[in-house]
Amino acid sequence: MGLNLFRRTKQLEQQIDGFFDKLSESSVVYRLAVRLYLREGLTEEFQERLERINTLESEADDLRRSIEKQLYSDTLIPDSRGDVLGLIETVDQLMSQFEGSLWALSIEKPNIPDEYVNGFRKLTNMVVKAADELALSGRAFFRSPYDVPAHNHKVMLYEKEADAISTKLKTEIFASDLELAEKLHLRDFVEQIDSVADLAEDVADRLAIYAIKRIV
Amino acid sequence: MDPLILIFLSSGLFLGWALGANDAANVFGTAVGTKMVRWRTAAIICSIFIILGALISGGGTTHTLGKLGAISALPGAFMTALSAALAVYSMTKSGLPVSTSQAIVGAIIGWNLFSGNPTDTSTLTKILSTWIICPVLSAIIAVTLFKMHKFTSKRIKIHMIMADAYTRLALIIAGALGAYSLGANNIANVIGVFIPGEPLPDLQVGTFIFSSTQQLFLLGGLAIALGVWTYSKRVMMTVGNNLGRLSANAALIAVISHSIVLFMFASRGLEAWLAGNGLPTIPLVPVSSSQAVVGAVVGISILQGAAGIRWSVLGKIVVGWVVTPIAACATCFFGLFFLQNVFGLVVQ
Repeated sequence: MGLNLFRRTKQLEQQIDGFFDKLSESSVVYRLAVRLYLREGLTEEFQERLERINTLESEADDLRRSIEKQLYSDTLIPDSRGDVLGLIETVDQLMSQFEGSLWALSIEKPNIPDEYVNGFRKLTNMVVKAADELALSGRAFFRSPYDVPAHNHKVMLYEKEADAISTKLKTEIFASDLELAEKLHLRDFVEQIDSVADLAEDVADRLAIYAIKRIV
Repeated sequence: MDPLILIFLSSGLFLGWALGANDAANVFGTAVGTKMVRWRTAAIICSIFIILGALISGGGTTHTLGKLGAISALPGAFMTALSAALAVYSMTKSGLPVSTSQAIVGAIIGWNLFSGNPTDTSTLTKILSTWIICPVLSAIIAVTLFKMHKFTSKRIKIHMIMADAYTRLALIIAGALGAYSLGANNIANVIGVFIPGEPLPDLQVGTFIFSSTQQLFLLGGLAIALGVWTYSKRVMMTVGNNLGRLSANAALIAVISHSIVLFMFASRGLEAWLAGNGLPTIPLVPVSSSQAVVGAVVGISILQGAAGIRWSVLGKIVVGWVVTPIAACATCFFGLFFLQNVFGLVVQ
């Protein structure tokens, strides 16, 4: 029992680490893809990035299912199993948001006037920072729950900053001479990108509780 | 061998069965209840180590009980063990936490009262003091271990999944130690009263000769193991509810503290070492496994702000402390009267 238990445990540990690797990689690819769109529009390279994020998302889905199956079939971490499943599922939603946002750019091909490009770039950078910090917080939850609050604090800061940028951007868009349809279209994209940071904050809120439960 | 001997021994074996059914839950209850360890694994380990503990280290506490009342007549021993078993049974039925140690001590005093033998007050005081010391010591050990655990877990960054595997392994090792200590400490409750009467003839197996005492230790151990296999599963599954919610790590610490305390009150080696170094010795007395666990849990709860303490359970334990020995004592006294005057058996 002993050796078998430790071998399976090691495999599961690697899968959980791998799952958070997918989140980190997704956020890098997302940032590169949005910046590429802002700079060059819908190019072949953008499609490659989109395909990459699709692959990452489906690999993360496979990992999630495998982790969930092992946690239940081997009755591992009975105290924290529900928390871990909740965490992994919400992180998966965040990755789906990355994918959905790039698909929307690819399908709807919004026209982003030059004067808003910088705002979109700043917003993208900020939401990606929030997701990156969340990945660190998620990893810390498994190894050193005492470090989770420090990472979560940064996630909150980035989310607030992203909200401020998105509000400013939407105000500028609606104060412009653009057609209402264009304004609404651009607003959708601002909100779509900003929702990455909102989701990251939601996951961080959950993580804060899960970490307290582990520490007590 | 006279078949009547087996009938007389049956009350001790019944008490052993009850002990196995109830106290195995103190050792493996939380581990099995939280599904960290399979019940089958727990039962196998528990049975083996209880028997080993009884055979290897059971002598010390048995000697102390013998000093409290040396029951030489088998019918007297039968009624003493039966009174203790009935007290345990009725207390369990009433939902009160019960200690076989307290029941047997009460029953022995009942025999002393009936037979007119003086109760050795120094031994009695020694035993009574351990009923207080045992949970307090268990709480102190649990608090120390819990603080050490917190200190190290902040510094050693082990993945949660790997920590889970280590905790499972530790629960099994602590459970084995706990089962050994339970066998060593509590075997005296089960067969201690039968030993002075030497009811069984020597048994020769190959070149080995087993004395009456050795056979009784083995029989008692087997009776406890039978209790583990036939009834402990249900108790293990519900033990978590009785003690309140515990994390796997807190449960592990509670089991380790319980095992250390039971071992301390049973180890002749430790007693000799303490005496050899001029330190005060720990009396070799059968103590309550349940109270040791409860002491540890209360210690951990106090450390966490006392919010998790279930005061009603604590109140019941205090009631149990008083009621169990008195009930066993009274039952034994009247039971002996009955045996002597109705069946005409020699009980002293």
